[in-house]
Amino acid sequence: MKILVCISHVPDTTSKINFTDNDTKFDTNGVQFVINPYDEFSLTRAMWFKEKQGAAVTVVNVGNATTEPTLRKALAIGADDAIRVNTEATDGFLVAKELAAIVKEGGYDLILAGKESADYNGQMVPGMLASLVDFNFVNGCVGVEVDGSSATLTREIDGGEEKVSSTLPLVVAGQKGIVEEKDLRIPNMRGIMMARKKPLQVVEPSGATATTHSQSFEKPAAKGAVSLVENVDDLIRLLHNEAKVI
Amino acid sequence: MSVLVFADSSEGKFKKTAFEVVSYGKKVAEQIGSSMTTLTINGGDASELHTYGAEKVLEVKEGSLSSFNAKSYAAIISQAAATQNADLVIIDSSVDGLTVASLVAVAMDAGYASNVVDLPSNTSPFTVKRKAFSNKGFNHTIISTEKKVVGVAKNSYGAHENPVSGSAESFSATIPAMGVKSESVSKASGTVTIADADVVVSAGRGLKGPENWGMVEELADVLGAATACSKPVSDLGWRPHSEHVGQTGKPVASNLYIAIGISGAIQHLAGINASKVKVVINTDPEAPFFKAADYGIVGDAFEVVPQLIEKLKDFKAQNS
Repeated sequence: MKILVCISHVPDTTSKINFTDNDTKFDTNGVQFVINPYDEFSLTRAMWFKEKQGAAVTVVNVGNATTEPTLRKALAIGADDAIRVNTEATDGFLVAKELAAIVKEGGYDLILAGKESADYNGQMVPGMLASLVDFNFVNGCVGVEVDGSSATLTREIDGGEEKVSSTLPLVVAGQKGIVEEKDLRIPNMRGIMMARKKPLQVVEPSGATATTHSQSFEKPAAKGAVSLVENVDDLIRLLHNEAKVI
Repeated sequence: MSVLVFADSSEGKFKKTAFEVVSYGKKVAEQIGSSMTTLTINGGDASELHTYGAEKVLEVKEGSLSSFNAKSYAAIISQAAATQNADLVIIDSSVDGLTVASLVAVAMDAGYASNVVDLPSNTSPFTVKRKAFSNKGFNHTIISTEKKVVGVAKNSYGAHENPVSGSAESFSATIPAMGVKSESVSKASGTVTIADADVVVSAGRGLKGPENWGMVEELADVLGAATACSKPVSDLGWRPHSEHVGQTGKPVASNLYIAIGISGAIQHLAGINASKVKVVINTDPEAPFFKAADYGIVGDAFEVVPQLIEKLKDFKAQNS
């Protein structure tokens, strides 16, 4: 089985968010970038398929050279090789089209991605990719097993879970549950050393054009200080009269 | 440029978000001087949608779609858009809505912006405001394609009653092979889901153990709220994973979020800060959650929560 894991390169959640150039650019100064946490769950599941079922695992990112440390980290966790599509990921549709070009070339059986990225939480790319290459698509996946050319999966729905089945090839957008938090792996020194020697192929983009453009950024209005209340009577009164939520 | 809205439903009942997208679509259609058509798939009574401004409703009744199927829903929505000459499709942020919207965008070759929190600030170029960086910012995004898909964030624009006299007609679409097959669905019955809840009552490690959740459930019951928990609590197995809210757990965008014994790690706040009013109950006045909250009580949950339940019962009795 050939698996492709799509990796986004996102600011760590604890980062301070600032904008520059008259609020038109995201200020990356001092920001730590990481593997998108949702992708990390899917990558870890791919490692399971590698170890238990002999799958070959390739990781891919659409981005400029600054994203390479994130791909190296994925290699250190255990992916066999990496592909970077050398273009800025400015738009979900553009990223999906570039990934589709990679998928069409690669003959993959299973595409694993995170349900969403931790920066825009858009849930755009996996579904678009599946549609572009005409693979089946399961979103919000919290469990996947593969037996030969068929897969059984569990996905989260509003208020519960659904069990579904599908043939391969298949695009799966995973989240916590596809593996548990405790199963996530921190790269060890051996993994980091080996990752340096693993192939990281840079491919030029297919030339997809963006369908959306960022005009400007805005910070949320500053929040007022917390109102500390002494007792539950005051709290109920404030929630009713002031906040009007009960 | 006419507007097509997809009003999502579950088991024949419209979701709250369906009324939000109808309200939103109605306003956008007015902004661009056009008309709105609303599409339902095995949905509820169209008169419910007329209440929110939907004049023309297209109904798909299809026995084979007793549960959601991404490919089929995408095919129906894009065919409805084509017959209505709709260049703008508006979809909610339910689990189904978020799944199908990306497929619809590809089928229509449309630019797509999700998590949109307000009406377009400009219709030419078409500019929308969407959430960014876990609600620590917003991005004003121009959709530059002729056809467009807008995903409206939950509980952001809101549902606004706007009664109109409307019509409903049946719509038949060519449904492709499903691809992914539904085997079984399990849903907790009778409880409010975190996605739909106006109020969410959430608790953390401060509660010391799973045996102490009775008061959390009782408080939720009094408020008609959904129960939720922090990540450590779900990792420890005190509560099911489906209750974990925060980054990597479920997002919350409720009107009222009550956090009991949760310190307020950044990852937790990232998932819940779209909620409108946040209340914190914590013994530690230095807990970071107090900085993110609107109202706070510094106190022991084991004293405060039972008092809150009793007083709320009195309050509900007087105000019902």
